[in-house]
Amino acid sequence: MSDTRTAAPDAASVLEAARLVLERDLTLALRRRGQLVQPLAFFVIVTTLFPLAISPELARLREVAAGVLWVAALLASLLALEFLFRDDAYDGTLEQYALSGQPLTGLMFAKTAAHWLLTGLPLALMAPLAALSLGAPPDAVPGIVASVAVGTIALSLIGSIGAALTLGLRRSGVLLALLTLPLSLPVLIFGARASELAIHGEPYVAPLELLAALAVLGITLAPLASAAAVRISLE
Amino acid sequence: MSWTWFHRLASPPHIYRLAQRLTPWFAWPAGALILAALYGGLVLAPPDYQQGDGFRIIYMHAPSAWMSLMVYTTMAVAAAVALIWRMKVAHAVAASCAPIGASFTIAALVTGSLWGEPMWGTWWEWDPRLTSELILLFLYLGYMGLRGAIEDPQRADRTSAVLAVVGIVNVPIIHYSVTWWNSLHQAPSVMRLGKPTLSTPMLVPLLMMMLGFTLFFVAVLLVRLRGEILVRERSASWIREVLST
Repeated sequence: MSDTRTAAPDAASVLEAARLVLERDLTLALRRRGQLVQPLAFFVIVTTLFPLAISPELARLREVAAGVLWVAALLASLLALEFLFRDDAYDGTLEQYALSGQPLTGLMFAKTAAHWLLTGLPLALMAPLAALSLGAPPDAVPGIVASVAVGTIALSLIGSIGAALTLGLRRSGVLLALLTLPLSLPVLIFGARASELAIHGEPYVAPLELLAALAVLGITLAPLASAAAVRISLE
Repeated sequence: MSWTWFHRLASPPHIYRLAQRLTPWFAWPAGALILAALYGGLVLAPPDYQQGDGFRIIYMHAPSAWMSLMVYTTMAVAAAVALIWRMKVAHAVAASCAPIGASFTIAALVTGSLWGEPMWGTWWEWDPRLTSELILLFLYLGYMGLRGAIEDPQRADRTSAVLAVVGIVNVPIIHYSVTWWNSLHQAPSVMRLGKPTLSTPMLVPLLMMMLGFTLFFVAVLLVRLRGEILVRERSASWIREVLST
């Protein structure tokens, strides 16, 4: 947009800037642990609701475990999206990023990476616990961890676009869900399929690879879109 | 080659007058084609050997489904043009597309449901095509919701344009992921490689209907575009000249 300033920053300084943003976001988040725990607690509560609503029989729960797990993970990561840009938009940090002369795309990627480390990764580590309590066999743990870990990368990236588009809007919560959930549908389909195959002890590599393809596609395109959306919101 | 025609596309008064002049050229052929296709489809075409007369709802269902995707594509292309060349009129085009596209999507869902009841014995089936059509409706609703939630009109334009462009990247992905997920819907009978499976007396009215729906969409788009331009340019002086004549 208005990037006709001095010489373009070289690759090394872009990486350095991205690393600094990542470090800053991680430090800030670790000082506000309450916010970090919220999505995880939400995930555990949602998975607890299903045995109460359906039936405590493990055989029946095992049938729906993969779906329950993924819907809960999707909702939990949606809940965490609100924190992604909100504070930085309020205190002007995003404006400084946009003016810093560094490509905003790279900084957005760093912010999304920090977001995944703080929500996606803990969800992936928590998921087997929920799955085991829903009757999944212990052998399924690697498949479930892998599918949730890879899938939440794609979810964080898609979510970063939605969060950037709804920046500064009042009552943005429902709108964020309306924008993000339809776009996250493929992740839900392949993620739930991979987890389900893992629970049934079958090879789950094919859907996992599709999930990884979605994540790679998201890495290449989503930061561009969210940087464009952030710039529009700053105008 | 002169680029003036391209630059004139960015001028709201020019587009307003152009839309006014072009509307009847699309509206009348659309009406004629739709009426002719209705006669051809409901009277002339023979009943289907399996579905009897029930298949005739295809003349509303398939063109609506086709339009729901075409309108989304139009909207996304207009949004991309608006973002790249900063063309205000293109934002107005994208904004006018969304409600039309959402209506076609609802029409496709409702006719599909009416068709499903006698043929599959159910009003709603979690079939890939139905599901991805429903998701398309959510995308339209999200676009309109985002546009409505932002007060500053220019920001609303550009933010929703980014969403439309992101959506067009994702629509094929959603479509194929849903297709691989589960399938019951019959295989495509018209839009496929090789010879269509429908017989000619059934196919001709369908193609006429699709063309008629497309022309209808353009006519409605032109009318909506004029309204959209009037609202956006309400403080401009050319509006008074246009409306006084």
